[in-house]
Amino acid sequence: MPIRCEIVSQDKMVFEGDADIVILPGSEGEMGILPNHGPLLTSLKYGIITVRMGGREEHFTVAGGIAEVQPDIITILADAAENVEEIDVARAEAARKRAEEALAKGPPPDTDAYLAIEAALRRSNLRLEAAKRYRRSGPKPGRVGEER
Amino acid sequence: MPSAREMRMRIRSVKNISQVTRALEAVSASKVRKAVAAVQATRPYATKAWQVLTHIAGQPGQATLHPLLSRRPEVRNVLVVVISSDRGLAGAYNTNIIRYATQRFEGLTANVSYIAVGRKGRDMLLRRRKQVIAEFSNLPPAPSFADVSAIGRLAVDDFLNGVADEVWLVYTDFINMVRQEPVVRKLLPLEIGEAQDRVQVFEHQHLKAAYIYEPGEREILDNIIPRFTALQVYQAILEAQASEHAARMVAMRNATDNALELVGQLQLDYNKARQQTITNDLLDIAGGAEALARANAQQ
Repeated sequence: MPIRCEIVSQDKMVFEGDADIVILPGSEGEMGILPNHGPLLTSLKYGIITVRMGGREEHFTVAGGIAEVQPDIITILADAAENVEEIDVARAEAARKRAEEALAKGPPPDTDAYLAIEAALRRSNLRLEAAKRYRRSGPKPGRVGEER
Repeated sequence: MPSAREMRMRIRSVKNISQVTRALEAVSASKVRKAVAAVQATRPYATKAWQVLTHIAGQPGQATLHPLLSRRPEVRNVLVVVISSDRGLAGAYNTNIIRYATQRFEGLTANVSYIAVGRKGRDMLLRRRKQVIAEFSNLPPAPSFADVSAIGRLAVDDFLNGVADEVWLVYTDFINMVRQEPVVRKLLPLEIGEAQDRVQVFEHQHLKAAYIYEPGEREILDNIIPRFTALQVYQAILEAQASEHAARMVAMRNATDNALELVGQLQLDYNKARQQTITNDLLDIAGGAEALARANAQQ
C-alpha cells in the first residue's frame, strides 16, 4: 500500500500523490519514510525531497519547513518548495550572481541584510545544484530509459 | 413642482453619481480578482497547517505538552480579534461582521475585549462601548505574512501571559462573489477542530498516538504552534479582504443601477414638465393671435 504525499508551499500546492517512499531532508539528517510509519513531526532543512512511486522519481527543492507523518499520509509544509523540473536556471543563476556581488561589495550594513543575502545565496545554490543533478532534461543528459 | 432648471440640475447630479459608482465598481472588480487569487493561493497551506495543529492538539496528554494547548479551568477574559475594513461604501459588510461579533459574545460572564483590525470596525466597536485593546488599520492591499504577523503574535502573547484565557477570531469568509459569511473560530487554546473547509482533504485514518519529534518536542512545538496560529489570522485577513472587495463591488453595482433608474424617472418628469410649458406657451400665442385678429376685424 502506498503512502499519500502532499507538499504545500506558502503560496501553492506543489505536489499531491501516492508514493512508495519519500525521502526528506530532516533537520537531524535525511530520512526515508515508508508507508505505515509512526506519527512523526520533524523540521526540515534546505535540501531535496525525493518521492518515489513505481519506477518513477520526482524531486523537489525545499527551503526549510516542517513535515507531519501519519501512517498513511505525509504532509510537508514547506517555507518554499519547487519541482526540480520547474526551476528557472537563468533566474537562479542571476540571483546567485546578485548575492555574490552584494557580498563582494563589503560587509552588509546590518545582520538582517546579511541574513537576507545569505538566504538568497543558499536558495539559488540549492536550485542550481538540484537542477544540475536531478533534471531529466537540461544541462546534463537524462537518466537512461526516461524521456521528458 | 420644481422648476425645469432645478430638474435639469438634479438629473445631472444623479448622472454624475452613477458615473462615480460605476468607476468604483470597476476598481473593486479588479481588486477582488487579485484578492481572490491571493486567498486561494494560501488556502492549502493554511488549511494543512491548521490540520497539523489540530492533530497535535488531539494527542493524548496534549494539555501538558505546550502552554498554547492547555485549557484554563476558568475563563475570565476573552479576547476577540475582529477583522473589518478601513473603508466604507461596501454595503453592509462592516455592519454585518461587527453585529455578528458583538451578538456572539454578548451575555458572557467573562470580560470580553477586542482587537480591531480595520478602522471601520474599530469605530463601530467604540460606538457600542466595547473594550478595544488594540487596533490595526491601514493594512496594505494583499499583505504579506510579515505585514500582519504582529496581530497574531499579540494574540498569542496575551494568551501566554494570562491577559486572555481564550482567543477567538471573527472574520468574513469569502465563499464566492455574491456570498460572504461572518465566521467565528476559536484560536486559542487549540482544540480538535471542526472539519474545515473547501480545500480537499485526503481521507485518512488518524492515529491518536503520540508523535515522535525531531529535533526536540520543545523546539518544534515552540516554533510551529505560534507561527501557525498567526498564520490563521493572516489567512482570515486575506479572506476578509476578498470579501470586502466583493461586497463593495456588489454594493456599487446596485448603486449604479439605482442611480440610472432614478435618472430615467427624473427625465420622464422633466419631459412632461417641459411639454406642459410648451403647450401653455402655444395656447398663449394662439390666444394672443386670435385677440389681435378680432381687434383688426373690428376696425
